[in-house]
Amino acid sequence: MLDVDIEGRIGQLDLEARFDSGSGVTSLFGQSGAGKTTLTNMIAGLLKPLSGHIAVNGTVLFDAGKGIDLPVQARRIGHVFQDARLFPHLSVASNLTYARWAGRRPGTRDMAEVVDLLGLGGLLERKPGTLSGGEKQRVAIGRALLSDPRLLIMDEPLANLDQARRNDILPYLDRLCVEAGIPILYVSHSIEEVARLSNTLVILSDGRTPAFGPVADMLARTDLGRATGRHEASALLEGTVTRYDPDWGLTDVDIGGAILQIPDMAAVPGDAVRLRIRARDVALAVVPPEGLSIRNAFPATISSISSEKGPYAEILCSASGQVLRARITRASVADLDLYTGKDVTVLIKSVAIDRRQRAPALADAATGENAAG
Amino acid sequence: MDFFNLQPAEWQALLLTLKVASAALVVALPLAVLMAFVLARYRFTGHGAVNALVHLPLVLPPVVTGYVLLLTFGRKGPVGSFLDSVFGVTFAFNWTGAALAAGVMAFPLMVRPIRLSFEAVDPKLEEAAKSLGAYRLTAFLTVTLPLALPGILGGAILGFAKAMGEFGATITFVSNIPGETRTLSLALYTATQTPGGELAAFRLTLIAAFVAFAALIASEAFARRLRARMGGGHA
Repeated sequence: MLDVDIEGRIGQLDLEARFDSGSGVTSLFGQSGAGKTTLTNMIAGLLKPLSGHIAVNGTVLFDAGKGIDLPVQARRIGHVFQDARLFPHLSVASNLTYARWAGRRPGTRDMAEVVDLLGLGGLLERKPGTLSGGEKQRVAIGRALLSDPRLLIMDEPLANLDQARRNDILPYLDRLCVEAGIPILYVSHSIEEVARLSNTLVILSDGRTPAFGPVADMLARTDLGRATGRHEASALLEGTVTRYDPDWGLTDVDIGGAILQIPDMAAVPGDAVRLRIRARDVALAVVPPEGLSIRNAFPATISSISSEKGPYAEILCSASGQVLRARITRASVADLDLYTGKDVTVLIKSVAIDRRQRAPALADAATGENAAG
Repeated sequence: MDFFNLQPAEWQALLLTLKVASAALVVALPLAVLMAFVLARYRFTGHGAVNALVHLPLVLPPVVTGYVLLLTFGRKGPVGSFLDSVFGVTFAFNWTGAALAAGVMAFPLMVRPIRLSFEAVDPKLEEAAKSLGAYRLTAFLTVTLPLALPGILGGAILGFAKAMGEFGATITFVSNIPGETRTLSLALYTATQTPGGELAAFRLTLIAAFVAFAALIASEAFARRLRARMGGGHA
């Protein structure tokens, strides 16, 4: 759906980006200064690459070889900027409909639907100056959605918000990613947002795209430590909620054989969910332990061990066909005599698992959710 | 009460002044907005020279500006004779000439605040407008221009006030002809040069003060409404 292969140079940064992705949400992930905004501005048409091509859904937006360079107005890309960029002299309603009355976009999407999706009902008559940061971003997303985009770019929409505001807006993004019906390019330097929202992950590092692919595969790669952030290294488990125990406040999630117990989870039996398990929250045991407070213990097989310089080792284990990532000391690897192919028991503290989790934004997951609701 | 009964000549001067200043404003303001936008948003060779030329009437003695106008737009001047022969428009010694002089003198005073207000509008908002499908002119008319309105209003007030009070360039270019080029300032000057004209001079002074005061009040009210419309802050 999104096909990018461009080279460019802006200031000190040499950019060389090459990736393609399918439907759903593609996350562009990288640290500050990696070139994320430069790359999105090139896709949007605000900056011009030196060479290469950009296509969305088969429509060529830029092709240096063929001399194609659609102006930004003709690209039909909904661009949600980090700083919202609402028009301060216009009401929220006029901001939302700007593309229709000033951009001559026909407006195929139902406005009431977007207002409802983003919870903008009470804001329509207000001026942007009176909105909170989170409300501004929601209006900016709505404004972009109502411009009939073929692609929605969200450039770190949460970067300027505090944690409380982020938590306010994330559920809206969850719904948006499932219901938008168009591909989304989500730019972020937060692995938490990326793991939560995306289907495809593109890593951007120093102006290069060293790797891209399905998000779970990408997070399981231990060779991308520097780009994904070692402290936040994690794996994604897809599962189904099977039971909720109100007495203990625990939700059972079936990850394809093993059952994980998660506290305080906002999901009901039947929901498809995605769990992000940080590598540093996973421990390994060579014999099934007894008398432990850790509730989540299940068998797995070591599929790789990567030792780096320094005291740590990154271990990948497969359990029920899914990949888990553990970060333990090299000393433990030696003491426990761990090797590739060895059967171990994986231990995860229940309280270490993020409570706010959601179903991945895939079409089949969306139908599953609708059926459950 | 006789004091407040304006003489026909004074009425004439007042109405002529309003006509001259309004004509100057109507013609010069759009040009000033355009010039201010170009100076604010574009960098090109000769940017500094254009900027200096625009501001020249501000620093030149008004008599020099008036004389230059006379040389170029007078009946024998290159531009004046061209306009006369092609369009039948003359500026020499009639009210349109007074309006031209007033407009030229007011131009830099209008460009300056308008340019500042354009520079205060974040160009990123124009990027956002373009990403929503608005082409350059539409983006300008729907985003940049409305946001710069307070500055444009300020420039218009300053320019109108300058046009109302213009003296040196006017008297040099189009002389002091009653009913044609004798504006309030020129009438006031004439009154002070006439024996027994003190009362008339005083009345003209009051008229000028009243008009200026009313314009300031009106502009303040307008500016308040504008600010309210902007929602009390920039997002």
